[in-house]
Amino acid sequence: MKLITISGPPSSGKTAVLSNVIKSLKAFGLHAGAVKYDCLATEDDAVFRALGIPVQTGLSGNLCPDHYFVSNIEECLKWGFSLNLDVLVSESAGLCNRCSPHIKGVLAVCVIDNLMGVATPKKIGPMLKFADIVVITKGDIVSQAEREVFAFQVRRANAKAKIMHVNGITGQGASELTSLFLNAPDTPKLDGEILRFSMPAALCSYCLGETRIGMEHQLGNIKRIKLKQEQL
Amino acid sequence: MMTILEKQIEVLKSEVPQVTDFFSDYGIILDDGGFTLGEYLEQLPEDFYEDIGIDQVTLLENLDGFLNQLNLLQNTEAPKVSEITIIGGHDKTGNPEHVELKLIRGSVTSIVGPTGSGKSRLLADIEWMAQNDTPTGRIIRVNGKKPDPELRFSLEYKLVAQLSQNMNFVMDTKVAEFIAMHAESRMIENAEAIVVDIIAQANLLAGESFTGQTPVTALSGGQSRALMIADTAFLSTSPVVLIDEIENAGIDRKKALSLLVKKEKIVLMATHDPILALMAEQRLIIKNGGIHKIITTTAKEKENLARLEELDNKLMSLRTRLRSGELIEES
Repeated sequence: MKLITISGPPSSGKTAVLSNVIKSLKAFGLHAGAVKYDCLATEDDAVFRALGIPVQTGLSGNLCPDHYFVSNIEECLKWGFSLNLDVLVSESAGLCNRCSPHIKGVLAVCVIDNLMGVATPKKIGPMLKFADIVVITKGDIVSQAEREVFAFQVRRANAKAKIMHVNGITGQGASELTSLFLNAPDTPKLDGEILRFSMPAALCSYCLGETRIGMEHQLGNIKRIKLKQEQL
Repeated sequence: MMTILEKQIEVLKSEVPQVTDFFSDYGIILDDGGFTLGEYLEQLPEDFYEDIGIDQVTLLENLDGFLNQLNLLQNTEAPKVSEITIIGGHDKTGNPEHVELKLIRGSVTSIVGPTGSGKSRLLADIEWMAQNDTPTGRIIRVNGKKPDPELRFSLEYKLVAQLSQNMNFVMDTKVAEFIAMHAESRMIENAEAIVVDIIAQANLLAGESFTGQTPVTALSGGQSRALMIADTAFLSTSPVVLIDEIENAGIDRKKALSLLVKKEKIVLMATHDPILALMAEQRLIIKNGGIHKIITTTAKEKENLARLEELDNKLMSLRTRLRSGELIEES
């Protein structure tokens, strides 16, 4: 079974791109399944279910979604095996730009959209910088020049990734993306595998439910802002 | 790569000024202190890399990729695409498409057919350089040969630039800054001259004029389309330009086409406007996902085109008169 991790900022078009990919996987006669990781609530599972594929939803609630993902992905992989799936896609929203959901040896995809502005690629960390494929969406509503400048910025942040334009609405580019999914390596197990980059660190008093503000309430992994001397 | 690591930062900055920008994207400010680049990156603490979300190895790979791209854009001529051949596959029901169509630089081809007939698929096949691996089974040859599959992902050699009615500028920037930014991404050296040229050309195409200081988001529909066409003509590396339904864009369509032809683009134009369709040398009729027919514009049609243009000019002059408050009363 091929496991593929798809991540990207909220509303960048991950689910729309994936549903088009799943349609073309099905056209190849392959069995696909999906896991949707989200934070509070999601109805995206209905989108996948409407395509007639098995879906699992994981809600991280008040935990860091990234940490939640990595502690549960192995279980999801086993679920995929139990259904004899050919391809399992795991979709997770990058809620902070320091997310790092990609695993060594597992095809890693980052979805971002043209509307985010040219500065966005540099603001996104490992989720983009360590991806194998960067999918750029919403190209049908911005100018050619903006598409070119945006793709150039993506290239600057990730020199090796394959950069693809996919239209989540019409599906243009999705069958091409699918052909890359078909070449993804198999993932027989995740036990012992390694993340491509460390996840955002946590473990301070606020992680444990502290709500009061002030020095005396701050414990653990705390980082201070560096304020510079500014002239009025 | 190794040699660049051994360079003093000050030397490097003056030789390749773009590296300053590259590193600032990662929040790394290269201040000299007499370091070489390698020493500088080495002395940055581990948790600094943790914070910026990249490790030294990947950062250097990206730098290498960036420098290669820079080199490619500055020093090598893009492999010139002089023609593209579309070899037919099959339509949606599997009927073979008996077509071998050659599109050459500086030619205009119109594409007609109802919505959903497969116009976008045809274009996607060209863009992806299909090799019997898309739903249509088409094969695309570039300069008569099978293209290198790696070029599919190359940003520098993208085959198709697209322009459609639905596209808008979304960046918060002024026209001149915007074009300069596009030129910079192409590593073009005399950006100022190009900016001036593009603004002048766009103004020739647009009904109402604008300047380099106009914010791109404030441009009217016609002005936006005009700027997009002029910018694509001058700055896009893509040899193929697809224009989707620009009949109502409020620009001088004839001048727009001739600008693209002059810049040696292979122009494909999805349209139902008889004037635009007949301006093309040939038109493809798309039906049920396949190229159903190729019609070469006949001499008689060209004659009719002249008459259609007369009619169009009449309508245009009525519009101008309406705008200036005249009565349209003659019989």
